[in-house]
Amino acid sequence: MAQSVFCLVCGGTACESSDSDTIYKNIKTQLAGRGFEESVQVVKTGCFGFCEQGPIVKVLPDESFYVQVTPEDTEEIVDEHLVKGREVQRLAYKEPGAETISRGHQISFYQKQVRVVLRNCGFIDPESIDEYIGRGGYEALGRVLSDMSADEVLAELETAGLRGRGGAGFPTHKKWRFTKAATDTQKYVVCNADEGDPGAYMDRSILEGDPHSVLEAMAIAGYTVGADQGYIYIRAEYPLAIERLQMAIRDAEAIGLLGDNIFDSGFSFRVELRYGAGAFVCGEETALLKSIEGDRGTPVQRPPYPAVKGLWGKPTVINNVETLAGIPVIITKGGEWYARLGSETSPGTKVFALTGKINNSGLIEVPMGMTLRDIVFNIGGGIPDGKAFKAVQTGGPSGGMITEEYLDTPIDFETLQGLGSMMGSGGMIVMDEDDSMIDVAKFYLSFNVDESCGKCVPCRIGGRQIQKLLERFSKGQGRPEDIERIETIGNWMKQGSLCGLGTTAPNPALSSITHFRHEYEASMSTGAAEEGAGGEQAAKNEAPAG
Amino acid sequence: MAERKPMTLEELRKMRREKESQLGRREASGSTAVVTVGMGTSGIASGAKEVMTALADELDAQGLSDVQLRQAGGFGAQSAEPTVEVRTERRAPVLFGYVTPEVAKRIVTEYIINDRLIENHVIDHPAADMFDADGGSGAHGTGPARADDAGDEKEA
Repeated sequence: MAQSVFCLVCGGTACESSDSDTIYKNIKTQLAGRGFEESVQVVKTGCFGFCEQGPIVKVLPDESFYVQVTPEDTEEIVDEHLVKGREVQRLAYKEPGAETISRGHQISFYQKQVRVVLRNCGFIDPESIDEYIGRGGYEALGRVLSDMSADEVLAELETAGLRGRGGAGFPTHKKWRFTKAATDTQKYVVCNADEGDPGAYMDRSILEGDPHSVLEAMAIAGYTVGADQGYIYIRAEYPLAIERLQMAIRDAEAIGLLGDNIFDSGFSFRVELRYGAGAFVCGEETALLKSIEGDRGTPVQRPPYPAVKGLWGKPTVINNVETLAGIPVIITKGGEWYARLGSETSPGTKVFALTGKINNSGLIEVPMGMTLRDIVFNIGGGIPDGKAFKAVQTGGPSGGMITEEYLDTPIDFETLQGLGSMMGSGGMIVMDEDDSMIDVAKFYLSFNVDESCGKCVPCRIGGRQIQKLLERFSKGQGRPEDIERIETIGNWMKQGSLCGLGTTAPNPALSSITHFRHEYEASMSTGAAEEGAGGEQAAKNEAPAG
Repeated sequence: MAERKPMTLEELRKMRREKESQLGRREASGSTAVVTVGMGTSGIASGAKEVMTALADELDAQGLSDVQLRQAGGFGAQSAEPTVEVRTERRAPVLFGYVTPEVAKRIVTEYIINDRLIENHVIDHPAADMFDADGGSGAHGTGPARADDAGDEKEA
């Protein structure tokens, strides 16, 4: 069959609003007028994720990539390219600084995502160990066990600059070193798969799409620190991820990639699953360990840190799913390769769950240091229905809001913290002009109050008090001194709570006051929260996306 | 359980080579096409199982026994789920979104058999395959940045 010619017109919302529909119709009509309607198929497609250069038209098989096309340009594309086969140089995309036009893979930033952690998601059958191996799986473990010392593995992670993706961003190699240095004979590796932020589903997607990557990394961790047993703490609400993990463990054991004497190295490692019942606090590492031990999942004082005194009092490495999933690639491609991705203080990539008032919601993986503007307006395709952007909530119930004036901040662990938010696990909920920030804060505070384990006073009582004050504001009954009261209680919680849940719980409220104090003030004068209850509803509706 | 001899790194690499060619992106292991359905929780919730069934039925009905039908986790474009990717020798993989059982049938009859794309259901691959040496596995063969390039990009 002769190769078909396709003319693809971006039908993404951003392009649609800049005449892509007219462009599409023009091309169709003009092709028909020249008798070419049969030989070229014109197709409207989903968003190309390069919205700042839209409307975009692509021609296949030539791989021509036309940007900022206007309805007046279509005649030239049809006559020159589609009829005569000559590319329209004037419209073809040139990379900044490039002399010649760019096409195909030369367009290095046309697709802004870089999939390292998600490298196999959507690619392999997660239920087939053969396919994982076919993509280079278990090569890293093989190399580590055959050719590398524990110190070499640690050095590679240090070169990579890998930091924990669970939220706090602690350097992974340091964590592993603490456990390696401990002299106990029994040590453990634990994978934290207790993903609980509303709107976050990156860990679930990794486990469902590429379960072996996590098992392989756990075995590498076991070898490095001297552990022979791993546990994956996963919530029972993730039945498909559990099923695929169980299958993966069975398959890996069947061919000797887990179990005794792996790769004939004398190293043995087993992985078992432990189920969580869906308590948010069990994502906190000390509470998680208590839960694995069969106790009530409440946090305990640190230090001692689990790296030294963890599960059943033994040194325990605890890493998040996303942190682990990237490790096999760091071993095979090298720490230097990884360190070149991302920002200076936060190398590598980060997976974000982009949800809320955004056209292309979904899971994205981008190099650290990308701006929020790129994420929201290019990859995300902007805000639906022509509404104005208002804020992005990052870090879920522990994070805060980032407003328009900070859209150009490169995103990494430090910058987000500097903005009064945090990386968290990577949830990003986009809000538009209709959303009330008071209601968004109230939603998250209510979540934190529900999920507080009640062990320490600042979290248990402070959270409740802030929640009540926010309710007052959302009913238009806030009093001027209440703003200050929220801030005071919030600061007490930050200083006095036992674990990360409590210390970060007031963040959504504090951040909304920092950036949207005027909404609180307006709610007092109008007697009702600005714009009603849209925000809370939005957060509720959009949280479980994916 | 019987004593099993541990796998060596060489054996693993041999397995990899065998499987790699089967997973082959350019030539689909003797199949005329490889069709992959995104079957994560969200994909299934939006109807991926029904899409899988519809694809199997239509491939059967058309007698296309040389087309391979398989599953994967999520492709990342959750808002466009259910998603179906079709790899052929004709061009780089094409990702179809918003696929209903009806659209699934059209993927077989219109795209796989007649090489016609389906209006409003072609979406872009979210990113290039980091293992693809020539960087050419984005949808429609256009655009992808290789993971290796990204480091240079930030300096630019």
